[in-house]
Amino acid sequence: MSLLISFFSGLIFGLGLIVSGMTNPVKVIGFLDIFGQWDPSLAFVMMGAILVGFFAFRHTKKTHKTLLGETAHLPTGHQIDRPLLLGAALFGIGWGLAGYCPGPALGSLLSGGLKPFIFTASMIAGMMIFHRLHQS
Amino acid sequence: MSIDTVNFTPYASLAGGVMIGFAAAILILFSGRIAGISNILGGVVRFSETRQNQWRIFFLAGLILSPWVYGLFFALPDAKVELDNLGLVVAGLLVGYGTRLGSGCTSGHGVCGLSRLSVRSLAATLVFILTGIITVYLTHH
Repeated sequence: MSLLISFFSGLIFGLGLIVSGMTNPVKVIGFLDIFGQWDPSLAFVMMGAILVGFFAFRHTKKTHKTLLGETAHLPTGHQIDRPLLLGAALFGIGWGLAGYCPGPALGSLLSGGLKPFIFTASMIAGMMIFHRLHQS
Repeated sequence: MSIDTVNFTPYASLAGGVMIGFAAAILILFSGRIAGISNILGGVVRFSETRQNQWRIFFLAGLILSPWVYGLFFALPDAKVELDNLGLVVAGLLVGYGTRLGSGCTSGHGVCGLSRLSVRSLAATLVFILTGIITVYLTHH
């Protein structure tokens, strides 16, 4: 049951990315290009997603349980520290260069030709480098 | 600043956003998990906690199959990548390393984090949008 939910969540997430325009890197760069011809569309993606997500997370924050009665895994970190800010800064640079963030890159593997493969392979390499360097 | 009225798609983007929010909502409500793509992918490519990874693999399968499912009903919209292949390698490394170091990306911090009113995620989201804007300014102007 839980695995089926995971699959459909991923599927609906990916369909939402396609409908919203997020799988088009040029459009994403148009959103970040506030000093040029700015395309504010992606702000509407965020608004739509948070509008729905807010109510779901409000419920989960209160109960700390799923609707099926199991423990919900909510993030526990509150600290705004150096790794958070440095990591976000590096991610933003890569996002601005390519117009891909992780979701749209994976959601373009079957439709976008070679380029999302190159990006995704390199992204996974970047993750593995992090894991290697930060293994305690 | 001028608005790009030709490419602006407020309704489609809002609708797509609602779908993304719905996907994140069912995952937290029924599975108790956060729809943060970099953390999901990062967990899988760590190859350690195999039982923990089952739900992640099912989520990624749905995400990866989404253009195929979309294509069964509609023509897929245009997607264009400006960057050359070497640039994509550099960008991918930055995104992969940065999202692990910063514990999340557009979905984990931007969608789920802001939905649960996390100040930590708000800080991360403001930073990656800011460095994204600066990067696009430097490469396009």
